[in-house]
This record gives sequence, C-alpha cells and structure tokens, in this order.
Amino acid sequence: MPDTRELYQLVILDHNRAPRNFRAMEGADREAEGYNPMCGDQLKVWIKLDGDRIADVSFNGSGCAISKASASLMTTSVMGKTREEAKQIFARFHEMLTGAGAPAADLPAKLAVFAGVREFPMRVKCATLSWHALKDALDEKPPAQSITKDG
Amino acid sequence: MTVSSTRRASATATPAPVLDVAKLRREFPVLRTRVHGKPLVYFDNGATSQKPRAVVEAEADFALLESANVHRGVHWLSHHASERYDRARDELRAFVGAGDSAEIIFTSGTTAAINLVAQSFARPRLQPGDEILLTEMEHHSNIVPWQLVARATGARIRVIPVTDDGELDLDRLDQVLTSRTRVVALTHVSNVLGTVNPVRLIADRAHELGAVVLVDGAQAVPHIPVNVRALGADFYAASAHKMFGPTGVGVLYGRADLLEAMPPWQGGGGMIQRVTFEDTSFAPLPDRFEAGTPPIAQAIGMGAAVQWMRSLDWNAVEAHEGDLLAYATRRLGEVPGVQVLGRARNRVSVVSFVMDAVHPHDLGTVLDSQGVAVRAGHHCAQPLMQRFGVPATVRASFALYNTRSEIDVLIDGLHQVRTIFA
Repeated sequence: MPDTRELYQLVILDHNRAPRNFRAMEGADREAEGYNPMCGDQLKVWIKLDGDRIADVSFNGSGCAISKASASLMTTSVMGKTREEAKQIFARFHEMLTGAGAPAADLPAKLAVFAGVREFPMRVKCATLSWHALKDALDEKPPAQSITKDG
Repeated sequence: MTVSSTRRASATATPAPVLDVAKLRREFPVLRTRVHGKPLVYFDNGATSQKPRAVVEAEADFALLESANVHRGVHWLSHHASERYDRARDELRAFVGAGDSAEIIFTSGTTAAINLVAQSFARPRLQPGDEILLTEMEHHSNIVPWQLVARATGARIRVIPVTDDGELDLDRLDQVLTSRTRVVALTHVSNVLGTVNPVRLIADRAHELGAVVLVDGAQAVPHIPVNVRALGADFYAASAHKMFGPTGVGVLYGRADLLEAMPPWQGGGGMIQRVTFEDTSFAPLPDRFEAGTPPIAQAIGMGAAVQWMRSLDWNAVEAHEGDLLAYATRRLGEVPGVQVLGRARNRVSVVSFVMDAVHPHDLGTVLDSQGVAVRAGHHCAQPLMQRFGVPATVRASFALYNTRSEIDVLIDGLHQVRTIFA
C-alpha cells in the first residue's frame, strides 16, 4: 500500500479544512444531491446558469476529506465553463482515478492532486461523489425512490 | 473501570479465570495475515467474526465427504446428511436455551429471520392503529422489515428513545409501549454502542399488554450466553457469521405456539405434506418455514461454531472481553480530540468513536494502512447516528481473540491520523 500521505496531499487537506464555494445558493437554476448510502456521505451541489455556461456553482454537506476537497476543487474547476466542458473535465477526472495511464493533458492541473486516490480503490467513490451530483444537476436527473417516512 | 464492573461483578468475587488467548489465536489462521506489510489487527468483528479451523473443517468435510440433500432420499448418504443437519439444529436449540428443536428455524441470517416474523406473524395480524415498537438503536434490518409491514397494514411505528449514555430511556417506556402495541422488536446488543439492553424488563411489560417480543440477537451471541426463556423472547434471531460460523446461515427461535399459528412465508419443496393443484397441506415445524434446500453445509458449520463456543470457559471470555473494553476506553480517552459514543453501564466489547475535524472514513483509511481493520460509517444504524448528531463513527469491535497489544496499534494509528490532519 502506498503511503497515506500520497493520498492526503497538502492541497487536499487545505480544501478539506477550508472548502471553497461551501455554501447553499439562493436562486439556483439547478441542484442535485450526492449521497453515498454505503457511508452516509451527503453533499448538495447548486448551479446558476448563464445560458449554457456555469455562472456560479456551490456545495455543502458532510463528507470525508477526499469527498469534501474534491467537491471544493470541482467548483473552482468548472466555474465559468460550459455544461459540455464541465462534463468533459469530469470524464478526464474519472479516467485519472480509475485508469492506468497519466492524467489527460486537458485535465485542469489542480485536479492532479487526486491521482493518489487511484491507489485506494475504496475511496474512488468519495472523490467522485460531488461530480456525479454536478452531472445530475446538469442533466436534471430525478431523485431516487424511497420508502415513505409516514409508512 | 465502571464500563465493565457491572457485568463482571460476579466474576470478581473469585479470581477471574484466565483465557489462553495465544492458544485461541492459533485456531484462526487469518490472524497471522499481514496487511500492507503489517500484522492484521482485526477489529471489525461486529461486521463478521473470523472462523476457527474447527468450523471450516466441519463445513469442508461435509461438502467433500458427505454431501447429500436432507429429508429426501432413502439412500444412506442422504439419511446421514439429514442426521447431521438435525444435530446442528439441536446444537442451536441448546445454545439459545429453547425447549424443543422444532422451535429452531434455519434461515439465511438474522435479516431473513426478522423478515420471516414480520411477514408471517405480524403482517396478517396487524390492523390500522396497531403499533410496532422499535428502539432508536436498531440496525436497519430491524427497522425496514417493520416499515414494510406498517405500510401494508396501516400499523404505526413507535420508538423507545436512547439516552446520552447510550441506554434505552426506560423513563419513556410507558409513553411508547401501550395497549396498542402488538409487536416489540428490539436488539439485545447495540451494534454501534455495545449496549446490552434490559430485554427481560421490556418483555415482561410487553407481555402484560399482550404484545409479542422479537429480539435481534446478532450482536449478542458472540459475546454473552443467551437463554431465550430467561430473556422472555418470543422470537430470537441470530446469524452464524458473527459468532465464528459461516456466512449464509442464521437462526430464528420462535415459541412453538406462535410458530404453529403462522402461515408459511415462502413456498417450495421440503415445507409441504401433500400438494395438489386444489390444495396443499404444510409440513409440521420446523420444516414448514424451510422451503427449498437449506444451506446444509453452513448449518452444520454453525453447529460446529456452537460446539466450539461451548468448549470455552465463558467466565474467562467475559473477563477478557471486559478487560479489552476497559483498556480500549481508557486508551482512547488519552487521544486528544477523540470522543467515545455512549457509556452504558452494561455493554460488550464494542466501542464507537469520533475524532475532532477528521471524518471516520479518513480515519479508517489511515488505520487500514497500519493493518488495523475497523468499520467506518453509519453501521446500518442511521437513526442512531442522527440521535448522536454525527454522520458516521469509527467502530472497533473486539472478539475473544483480540489483545491489548492490538489496541496499542490502534491507538498509535490514531496518533498518526492526528499528525496528518493536524
């Protein structure tokens, strides 16, 4: 096993301690929840759109250092991008976490701090939780079915 | 230590018998495994325990040398397999203190056992306005089956709250246990806090009001001797794999008069007397509730696990586990920022904790890098997590083969977590 310090890069620890764009958003155009039933991690992502462009993006919720830092760096990576560009970045990010090769050249450099997650397969879901929520928000996916609370 | 003194009070009157842990550990080859180059420290016994050689060999010997279906064949091997299977059932009867082995149903595990009672006992009986009483510390598998029944019948779920100490709030019992209560379903031991619940007291009150009591024993059986009649349990559910046995098999104890009155849950071979397209009559207990070919080798393995457990000195086991719990609680208290959840007066060797500003998952990953296997998450007890205002915890659950020096490795790991996240 690689050193856990490979996983917990200083940038990740910094974004965990002080996540960027960590706030609920008033008047958002889109929102979606990222929920991992295995661990209970729960994040919400909000987007304000200007045409096809992400004018503002924020998140809050509770999660581990990996999921929180990933969400934080996600917001700073997709801010101002088009929907298609944002999805492309996620695709590249996902490839880096699950693939074997070097990160793609068009992956924003700051996301490379998550390359170490690849060595911790159990943590890939943590790193992608907010990204899946972002994608759902962009695609406006319906929420999951649940047992009624009053049942 | 107060955490262990209540339960072990009787053991302190005479010198506590000593458990030969080194000898015990040799029966569990996995405990010599190295993980990431470090000796495995297995503290996830609450999820599943390790299995001793005797159990795996019983299962393997049956599969390799004695495989045959049960209750079907006239041939010798089938007869022999049936005898082995019946003997395993009788081991389980003695293990839980039941009067008759017809009261012992083999299931795929605790979850299936609870669902069987929910669907076969509760669902046909409950009416709108009836109440099912659970506790705030239940595992999801003792919540969701009842929600399904409540939704189908119009019955209502009520809950015994948990105190800050992690005990059931008995002062509130009269408010939630009423003449409308039909079923009380509670855990014997909390899988998160280790709390041992006062089952007898609650069962007596429930019975006065005409309610039936199901006890989830999954977390109790590896730690404390169980007697369903002394507990006042009408139903008692447990899994083999948490008590040194195989996965895929568990047991439901049910009072014979209750089981007799219940319709079958699943239909199939083995549970009938006579089948025509017009009508089918069902087999007597316990076969009526065991449709299809049961997990035969696993049931025999569960019987072997019971035999193995019965060979131990349980005063010595309880003294050893009490020492582990007291030692772990003390050492955890020395780590800055660590907070242990619950401090019930009566509990087994399970401890849940959180650390300031460090998410349990990150803690779990760093501990794993040190070879320490703990559970990080909600432990399938989300309502209890909400009760304590935490999204998740780290749980270290100790079994009789764990040691103080393994706890030292855990504590060293926690100090390492602190340096990373400082």
